[in-house]
This record gives sequence, structure tokens and C-alpha cells, in this order.
Amino acid sequence: MKNDHKFKKILAEWPTLKRLLKITFKNHEWMIFVSFLAIIISTLASVIGSLFLQKLFDNYITPLVKSANPNFFPLFKAVLYMGLIYLLGILAVTLYTQLMAILGQKVQLKLRKQMFSKMQTLPISYFDNHNYGDIMSRYTNDIDTLLQMITQSLPQLVNVIFNLTFVIVGMLYLSWQLTIISLVIFAISIIFIRFLTIKSSFYFNKRQQQLGRTNAYIEETLTGQKVVQLFSHEEETKQSFFKLNDKLRIYFGKANGYAMMLFPFMGNLGNVLYVLVALIGGYLSIKHYVPLTLGTIAAFLQLSKSFSQPIAQFSQQLNSVVMALAGGKRIFNLLDQKSEVDEGKITLTDQNGNYSWQKDSNSTLLLGKVEFDHVNFGYENDKEILHDINFKVNPGDKVALVGETGAGKSTIINLLTRFYEINDGQIKIDGINTKNISKESLRKLFGMVLQQTNLFTGSILDNIKYGDLSVSDQQLNNAIKLANLDIFVNQLKDGYNTIIKGEGNGLSQGQRQLISIARVAVVNPPIVILDEATSNIDTRTERQVQQAMDNLMQNRTSFVIAHRLSTIFNADLILVVYNGRIIEQGNHQQLIDKHGKYFNLYNNSLVLD
Amino acid sequence: MFKKIFSSVRQYKKKAFLVILLVLIEALCGTLVPFVMGKLIDLGIIKSNLFKIESIGIILLIITLIAMASGVSASWLAGRTSAGFAANLRYDLFSHIQTFSFENIDSFSTSSLITRLTTDVNNMQLMYAQLIRIAVRAPLLLIFSAVMAIIVSVKLSLIFIIMLPILGVFLALIINKAKPLFKRVFRNYDHLNQVLRENIRGIKVVKAYSQAEQETNKFDDAAHGIYKVFTKAQQIMALNAPLMQLTTNLTMLLLCLFGAVMIVHHQLQAGQLVSMFSYTMTILMSLNMLSMVFTQLSMATASGERISRVLDTQSTILNKKDAVKNLHYNELTFEYVNFSFNHTDNQLQDLNFTIRKGQTFGIIGTTGSGKSTLVELIPRLYDVTSGEITIDQTNIKDVDIKALRHNIAMVLQNNVLFAGTIKDNLRWGNAQATDLEIKQACQLAQAEEFIDQLPNKYDFVLEENGSNLSGGQKQRLCLARALLKHPQILILDDATSAVDTETDYKIRLGLNQYLPNAMKFIISQRISSIAAADQIIVLDQGRIVGLDTHQNLLKNNKIYRDIYESQKYGDKS
Repeated sequence: MKNDHKFKKILAEWPTLKRLLKITFKNHEWMIFVSFLAIIISTLASVIGSLFLQKLFDNYITPLVKSANPNFFPLFKAVLYMGLIYLLGILAVTLYTQLMAILGQKVQLKLRKQMFSKMQTLPISYFDNHNYGDIMSRYTNDIDTLLQMITQSLPQLVNVIFNLTFVIVGMLYLSWQLTIISLVIFAISIIFIRFLTIKSSFYFNKRQQQLGRTNAYIEETLTGQKVVQLFSHEEETKQSFFKLNDKLRIYFGKANGYAMMLFPFMGNLGNVLYVLVALIGGYLSIKHYVPLTLGTIAAFLQLSKSFSQPIAQFSQQLNSVVMALAGGKRIFNLLDQKSEVDEGKITLTDQNGNYSWQKDSNSTLLLGKVEFDHVNFGYENDKEILHDINFKVNPGDKVALVGETGAGKSTIINLLTRFYEINDGQIKIDGINTKNISKESLRKLFGMVLQQTNLFTGSILDNIKYGDLSVSDQQLNNAIKLANLDIFVNQLKDGYNTIIKGEGNGLSQGQRQLISIARVAVVNPPIVILDEATSNIDTRTERQVQQAMDNLMQNRTSFVIAHRLSTIFNADLILVVYNGRIIEQGNHQQLIDKHGKYFNLYNNSLVLD
Repeated sequence: MFKKIFSSVRQYKKKAFLVILLVLIEALCGTLVPFVMGKLIDLGIIKSNLFKIESIGIILLIITLIAMASGVSASWLAGRTSAGFAANLRYDLFSHIQTFSFENIDSFSTSSLITRLTTDVNNMQLMYAQLIRIAVRAPLLLIFSAVMAIIVSVKLSLIFIIMLPILGVFLALIINKAKPLFKRVFRNYDHLNQVLRENIRGIKVVKAYSQAEQETNKFDDAAHGIYKVFTKAQQIMALNAPLMQLTTNLTMLLLCLFGAVMIVHHQLQAGQLVSMFSYTMTILMSLNMLSMVFTQLSMATASGERISRVLDTQSTILNKKDAVKNLHYNELTFEYVNFSFNHTDNQLQDLNFTIRKGQTFGIIGTTGSGKSTLVELIPRLYDVTSGEITIDQTNIKDVDIKALRHNIAMVLQNNVLFAGTIKDNLRWGNAQATDLEIKQACQLAQAEEFIDQLPNKYDFVLEENGSNLSGGQKQRLCLARALLKHPQILILDDATSAVDTETDYKIRLGLNQYLPNAMKFIISQRISSIAAADQIIVLDQGRIVGLDTHQNLLKNNKIYRDIYESQKYGDKS
């Protein structure tokens, strides 16, 4: 049962529980109130049902047995009344179970919506730090446990509490002597229950630890299976697993064994109580120590059966509350994350491709000058990974970033759109600190084609129009032409109306990249950011993608994570990134003349990775 | 289907039968109680016979205590045996997966295998514990109680016989109504998950296009879809409770009414009526328990199927009985080799070449051209689809897999290290390696320098996946681990991609001195890394489009020249 353990857990999570209940109750007060009443009525009805047995035997059966000409009418009337009370109880059960089913769904919907809108405001770093499965499970598993708590556990707990109260009251009403006997027997059995509880929670903790270790081992070996096989380490691996697994077996067995003993114990305790009540009650009544009628004993027997049952249930329901609290905590953790800061007041307006800054009521034309001024950055505050980044880009310039994987090229690019906040320094566009530009406006400035293409389920056309649903036909056609999309889309049966899945079965990596280029072109941004790395693309599509990227760069300020020498040659500014620093910058000729890192890289043909 | 799974019960079979026996005793004793209780009331209490009360009471007490003892010990045993069964099953699965070829693993995916080993096995364990106790007990109680009820009073038992089918029909109706709704709920969940997944994976796109509102609308629609159908389904399922209540109450009332009339007419005794009340409760309770067991079972069946599928899968790569162990590794030949994953499109087509002792082959080609797949065929991580690979004229399918892999060292781009010390990890290559040998291998792999700077040096403890080392450091350790094998064939699959160029050069230089007689394959995207190789294989879309020295390829091979030009002079396309 581990009830006090569970209570402790629940108390430790009191703020979470309070918040959960608040969310559940808010705007549904009448539902809760009505359900609460209905639960009381239904438990009352079932206890009255047991007490009715006393009247049945003592008032309607015993007297009639003795009479020669029995009058059954009072009996029929009593049964009818009882029937009405039962009916009331059944209606009450129907009412609260229905209400709880509805309430659970309402809360589920409300929480999911809240979580999603909150999630949209979170900074990219949140998504870097939480893997996708972890976020998903908050929307599914954690919400499910909450649902379970609201629709099942809470009403059951209320039910059990009232049931127990009414049963004890009913027992006292029948015979206080028998009630005391029952309670004493129950108190004695608590000793055994405590023993089981302590044992099982001890092994339960051990089991959880061992389970963690075993699962970690499973994950590690299966992920590294290639290495295991290459080094023929199967036998050793199996042996290590056997040891972990055998320990797990022992802890699992003991934890389960002790915990499972509780149910038959409680169940049979009801029977023992039942027998003892009959034995002692009969003895007492015959000896006339206590006036007990047949009806009293029969009714008491019935009540004593429903005495131990709720307690076992209680502990089960507490279990699911503990689980729901863990889920609730994770949900609240998401809801309580700090949203992306957006204090920028300066906005950008777009009139047919002519962009201008709006500050207060002043309007100035967008030029597209970009400047990094002593920028330092780290994903975590204490671990700086970009150091003192300085460069200036003139409107219309092409900037190529070169360097090895992990040098910091993508990070620099991610800072432009304020996906991450910089630690020190300033990033300026037309001399305006990007922190003062509203994020929506800032992001309107940039179009991005990244190595990993994310599309959304829907038609190809939907995907192209993702950034601007109201795009003109003219603009749309230009975008399609720019990205060379016709070549492959026209081969599809449904053309641009072909439905694609977000995770993109059916389309090749290159085709998906072409769509993402068209998606950028539709928005027609003044600055583009491109990652030339093309993986898993066949040579022909690769050419098309490169062509489309070149088209996109025309007449635009562009930042390119460069993989082709032609891009680098033609760049107005080459930034050589090494270990989080820009160690050289200039155009190809300038850098070659410098005889530095770029010169070396170039001569070793190692510009590319 | 579950035959294989239940064969994992093994040494716990006897105990499992004991559990069933104990549960049988518990159920039997349990159902006897109300009957004897009726006797106690009729013969003892009503007749005011103290002796009967005492004697029957003590018998009753003994019966209940036996029931309790057997129930409690059955549970204890069930807990232990189910854990034992789960442990066996986990071990069987794990061992079986160890025999899997990569084709097998790919077809399941690693993450799904992990779920099967963890969540699914736990579900089976739960089911097993339920099955041998509750699933045995509920129907036994049902049958025993029904029989006892009939023995006590045939007439009153008619009430059950009428009520139960009615209850059954309504329950079936509820389930029938709810089932298609739940299917729709699951479909709507899939939709919600899809919207969520795409949003999370594509969050940069959403933000870049400031489309949070559009995305939120999509999500709200999906969430509403669940809300509408799920509420309906839940409401229907919620009818279960009042229905059970209705049946219980109605049965009780009918028992009261007819029982009372029968008692008055001396056709029944008061105690018998009390025992009928008990049987009513037991029968309805065990019905409830049965329905619970069924939901548990259906959950576990799904898990069971997933586990069986793993156990039933035979490794596609097997060791021959009379496999050859000793070879000289003088030459390795690919003859008309074709390869395809799952027998779909050919990943590799018509590969032919021979490499001899001491030679170095470079392999170059775009990502996806099949470079990694080609070398993975050599240690038989995958088997060729047609054609053959031979070593010293012996088909590698006839070579003992262990011996073959023992002589091949392969370093991958994303290599794996395991939790444990650096030394532990290095000794994977050679369990008997001396400290001196380890040091030497690390020197060659250019790992010595950074290891010397770590606390505890070679005893530095790596976390899972070596996550407390940098990518370049891990790659160098993996290389050292491979070198310790003293392989006859060394394969470097982009193995130094995270190592800086100077170190990369030193490593390549060292290899030739350390393993002068080994056949070496070097996969790289950079021509400079392979230009010095004896032969260079140029792969394009799974075919060898060039096989020659650097100089000759430059002269004769357009694709190679293109790559070279793009790396040297830029791509003027």
C-alpha cells in the first residue's frame, strides 16, 4: 500500500496538486459541486441498502414467519421504497460519471491548447535542450495520467472516503459493540500491512534504480551494436546483461511479491471479519450480553464486507494520483518556461517588396547593412563558443562562411534571426540593434534554406505558400520558376496539389530542398541565409538545387555556409571561422595574399568538409 | 503465437502451477464461506444453539484463514515467478538480438528494439502476474459461486440466470458503441502527434516565417477533434458503472423480495438468504474483475506480438558449421557484388576489384553513393545480395564470422564508446593488451596527448556514449581501439572527420608504419586524404565508375576530375 509514502509524495507536490485542482475546478465549479453531491448520494444509497437488510429481517420476515396469514403488503412497500432509493443512487452514479467524463476531456483540451500556444513562444534553446520524444510525451502520456486522475481517481477517492464514513456510521447504528470488535481486528491487521508496505517500498526503490541501470545498459549496447559485433563482444555483453538482469529479477520479484500480497490479504480480511462478526455476534446475542437481532447481524455482515474493500481501492487510486502529479509537474514545467523576449518596438513594413523601418512615426527605407560588433555567445552562459565576432556587410553583398564542422558557422547564422540571445556585443542592421527590432519584423528580413528541410503535411502548394498565404499568382509563379520546381512537380500525378507528408516519404531530399527554396522565394526576403551542404542528393538534383540557390542569391544580401569554391570565389566577403572565432576575413584575393589559414586550407583543398 | 514467449518460463514452471493450485484453494474456500455462514445463522443463531455457533464458527474461521494464507502465498509466488519469467524473457530477447544481423536490426530499428526490451517485457510481466492469479481466480469464483447459489436455492438462482444475460447484452452494446469511437480517437491522436511532431521538428521554420498563429490553429483543430470524439467515447464507457450498479441493486432487491416470501412460506431459511446475498456480490465482482483482466490482456497481447516478432526473426547472417578459421589475408576480392537493403533497389551494383596485402585503397564519392555500405560488406555486417566477396579465394560466407571480424578493424565516423574507463574501452580491441601496447596504439592514433591531460589518464571514466569527450577525442580513441586488434584489414570510414587536418595527416602517416602488411581502406570526401592510396575507387550511385591511381583518374575519369576541380579550382556550374 505504501500509503503514507504516497501521502508524503503527494504532500511534497502540494503546489502541483493545488494548481492541478485549480485548473480542474476553474469554470467548472457547478460540475464539481453537482458531482460531489451525486457521489455522496450514491454512497449513501448503497449503505442504506445494507441497513435495509436489518428492517427486512426484523420487521418483515421474522414477524410474518410467525403469523398464520401473512400480509405481504408492507414488505412490497418497503422493497419499493428501497428500490426508489437505489434508483436515486443509480441516477447519481450516472450523473457524476458522465460529468467527470466530460470534465476530464475539457481539462485535457484546455491544457493541450495552453501548452501548444506557450510552446510557440519558447526560444529555440528549449527545443535544443529537450528532445522531441520528451516534449511529445507531455502532450500524450502526461495528459493521459491527468485524465485518469480526474475521471477515475478523484471521484473514487471521494467515494471511498464517504463510503467508509457512512459504513462506520451504519455499523455504529447497528451495534457499537460489533463495530469496536471490527475496528480492533482491522487495527491489528494494520501491523501486517505496515510490514508489507515497508518491505515493498524498500524493494520498489531498489527495483527502480536497477531498472534504470539495466535500461541504460540496453540502450547503450543496442545503439552501439555495430561496434559490439565488429569486436565480437556478444558473449561479454550477454554476461554483463545477465548480471544486471538477475539483480533486477530479485528486486522486481520482492517488490511485486510484497505489494501483491496486499490484495488477497485485504480481500480475505473482509471474510475473516465477516466470520468473526457472525461468531462473536451470535455468541453475544445468545448469551444476551448484547441485544442483537437476526436482522442486525445480517446487515452488519453485509456492511463488514464493504469495509475492507474501499481501503484497498484507496491505495490504488493514490497511486494514480502520484503518477498524475509527476505528469502534472512536467506539464507545468513546460507552461512555466520563459518565453522568448521580444521588446523590439521598431517594425518593418513591406510595400510590394519595398521595405521600410517604422520607428515611432518615422519611416526610413531599408538598406540591408548588417554588422556584428564584438559579439560573444554561448548556448549556456558559462560556456562561450563564439568569441568577439566582428564583421560588416554592405547591402547586396555575398558573404561566405568557411571552416570545419563545429567551428561555429551555423551558430553565427542562427544569431542573425535572434534564435538565440547573444551574451555581449551588438548585432546591427542599418545601424539598428536587432534587440530593438520586433522579432516578427526581424525574421521577415531573412529567408533561410537549411541543410535539414522541414516541410509540413499538406499539398506542395500549401508548403510553398507557407510564409504568405495571400501571395499573388505572379509572385508564386516567379518563385516556382526560380526554384526549378516544374521539372519534378509536373511529373507527379496531382502536380502541385500532391499531398506530401511532413517527414517526407515519396520526395527525395533534393526535391524537398527545392520546395523549401520556393517557399523562401514566395516571401521574397531582402536577405537570404543558405547552407550549401547537400547530403543524400543525386548529382542531377544537386545541380538543380545549386542553380536554385544561385537564383535566390541574385540581387540579395546573402549569407552562405559555403561548400563550393565558386561560391567562395564570388563572395564579397569570406569569413574564415575557426574554433568560434573569425580568424580571417576579406575576399578571395585578399585572403590568398595574406598567406594565412585560408591560403593553407585552399592549397590543401580542405576548404570543404 | 505466445509459445516462444512462454517457453521463457523455464525453471518457474513448477511454481506457476503451485500458484494456480493455491488460487484454486483460495477460491474454493472463499465460496464455501457464505454457505457455511448460512448454516451458522440457521442452525446456530436462529435456533440459539451455542454449541453449533462455536463449532461451525471455528470451522468457518479455519476456512477463511486457509483462504487468506493460500491467497497471500499465491500472490507472493506470483510476484516472484513473474519477475523470474520477465528476467528470462528479457535475457532471451537480448541474447537473440545479439545474433541479429544489421539487416535484422534495421528492419526493426534500434529504438523499437529498446521499447520491446523494456516496456513490452514489463507489460508481459504484469500480464503474467495477473494471468496466473486474477485470471484464474475470477472465473473460478464465478463458477463456484454460481454452483453454490444453485445448491442453496434453485429458485432464487433463476434471478441470476435472468439478470446475467441482460447485463451481458448491455455490456456488449456499450463496448460495440465505444469501439469504433476509440478507433477514431486513436486516429485523431495520430493526427495530433503529426502536427506536434512537424511543429517541434520544424520550429525554426515556424519562427522564421512567424507562423505561430497558423500552427496554433492547426493544433487547436486537432485537439478539438480528439475532444469531440473522446468525450463521446468516454461518456459511453462511463455508462458501465451505473449499469453494474443497476444490476447489483436490482438483483439484491429481487432477492430480498422473493427471499422474504419464500422464508415466510418456509421454503427457505434466513441464513440461506444471507448466503445468497454474498454469492450475488461475488458473482458480480468476479464479472467486473474478468472485464478488467480482458483489457489488461489485450494490452499485453499487443506487447506479446511485438516480442514474438523479434523472437521469431532468424538472423539473416549465420555461421556455417564447417567454417574456415585460418586465412592468410593475402588478397580480398569483390566479384560481381550487388547489394540492396530489403531486396528493393540495388544500393550497390556490379562491384569488382581486388586488394592485396599491404595495399591501401581510397574510396570517394558523394554522400549516398554507397561508400559505407561497400565496406560494411567486408566484415559481414551485411551480406551481399548476389555475387561474392572472397579472401584468399574463400567466400567470406564460408569463413567463421568471429575469426573474420577478429581480423578486421573498422572505424566509423560515428563510433561508439561505452560507459567505463578509457582502458576498458581500448581493451575491447584486445583483452590481453599490455599497458605498453595501449600506450603505443594511442600514440599512433594521436590520442596520447589529450589522455595525458585527463584526470586519471587511462583510467578516466567515460560516461555513456563517451559524452564527456569531444568528437575528435572520441574518434581518436576509437581508432586506437581498432589498432589494438592488429588487424589484417583496416577500414577507416570517414573516421577522422572531427580531427583537425594536421593530426589527420600524422595519423595516416603512422598507420603505414604500424600496419605495413594490412589491407587498408580509407573512405573520405577529400581527395587530399586518399590521393596517396595505391588505388582509388570512385563510387557514383552504387557503381564503381573509376578504379585507378590518382594520376590516372585525373587524366581519364570525368567524375573524379570534377570532384578534384571543385575542391581545387571551384565548380563553375
